[in-house]
Amino acid sequence: MSRPHWTDANAASSNADGGHVARPDALDASGVVRRAALASDDAAAASTEVELDATTRAALAELLLSVADDEFVIGFWDSEWTGIAPMLEEDVAMSSISQDEIGHARALYELLAQLTDDDADRIAFGRPADDFRHATLMNHARTDWAFSIARRYLYETADATRLAALARSSYEPLSNLAAKMRREETYHLMHMDAWLRRLAAGAGHDRLAAALERAWPDAQAIFAPISGEGDLLAAGILPEPFSTLRRRWLDRVEPVLSELGFALGEPVAAPMDGRLQRTDEFRWLHGQFTMVSSSEIGASW
Amino acid sequence: MVTQTREAAVWDALAEVADPEIPTISVVELGVIGSVRFDGPRLTVELLPTFVGCPAIDVMQRDIAERLRGLADEVSVEISFAEPWTSERITPEGREKLRVSGFAPPVSIGATSASAYELDELAILPIATCPYCGSRNTSLENPFGPTLCRAIYHCADCRQPFEQFKAV
Repeated sequence: MSRPHWTDANAASSNADGGHVARPDALDASGVVRRAALASDDAAAASTEVELDATTRAALAELLLSVADDEFVIGFWDSEWTGIAPMLEEDVAMSSISQDEIGHARALYELLAQLTDDDADRIAFGRPADDFRHATLMNHARTDWAFSIARRYLYETADATRLAALARSSYEPLSNLAAKMRREETYHLMHMDAWLRRLAAGAGHDRLAAALERAWPDAQAIFAPISGEGDLLAAGILPEPFSTLRRRWLDRVEPVLSELGFALGEPVAAPMDGRLQRTDEFRWLHGQFTMVSSSEIGASW
Repeated sequence: MVTQTREAAVWDALAEVADPEIPTISVVELGVIGSVRFDGPRLTVELLPTFVGCPAIDVMQRDIAERLRGLADEVSVEISFAEPWTSERITPEGREKLRVSGFAPPVSIGATSASAYELDELAILPIATCPYCGSRNTSLENPFGPTLCRAIYHCADCRQPFEQFKAV
């Protein structure tokens, strides 16, 4: 039996028959796009749509919020490098990467808003700090360049592992978005890998070592279990448990870090409350990014 | 067929809608129009963002809706990731227009119709062709440029920095 595709009633409309048109390999000649698009109505394949029960729905909301908050908060932290990065090229790069992350967060908040009949702006800017669900890795201020690179490297590698899994989610709005995000994240990953090696090979080695040591335990929290994970696994919304994804991520990063001369030791398991703890540093950031919206609740511009 | 004529008129109109960031190229040439369909009086255009966080998306959505007003009683421009936009979707005409405007077109990373595949990290960083002098003697200065979709290169022959539309 083929796995059913879980499609939210609200989110489904825009994707119902749009996935079969204008394939990139049909773009050789001019006009092909148009013909392909005209043929799309016939080509639409009906997917099996199943209503999500309340428990699974709540767990899905928690999953979307976790990923979105990770992207949103790290995007805000690293946007602080705009204008003060070690070199001009890096000003541009960090700003661009941060803009990508905030864009990803926005798209994920939109999915969540459709699922819960909410508003993406309210989810982003209308929540108290304690309602955020990002991993504790994102609780820390940007600190110095070494810490930002250490955190970014650990985050990008973990995010790549997570997105590869989510691109196989049975919940189509999420698998579609994850597939698209992965392609953009490839650039982030390459960039952070290059920086990690550059700092490791130079005078920055010891500072990077200290930063990695500090970030390492909290990076495990990216794979902290979320409430309702069992329901998500049963529905195929989360194709594999977070503990499995964490093992895969460790297998990827540990050899690299060890080769570069960083001994981080056996990581403790992802803490159960790895997405629930908040710090004063995050509370400060929360005050910053909600400053404008809280000055005039409900205003638009 | 009557519906085809209606849809063809929509595609003709869309060909006149410029990309807000690089106005010499149209949204059709950029490949961001996924599909066009009529459902009675309602016209739905599927818009595929180049980058998820592209700030020009709202402007595109508005420009398209404005241009199509009058072609249907009700026009809806919907963002979709069902078929992810890739740089392979830019048409040959679009690529040439990018080059003439001083942007190296994205390198072709091979035709693919899979909606989910991994970008080959080595394939997206080759040397670009200088849009000014055609030299291949160029180097990547920064994979991140002034907008999300652009990278910065330098041509060692004509000594001109230039931007490349990123392969994605």
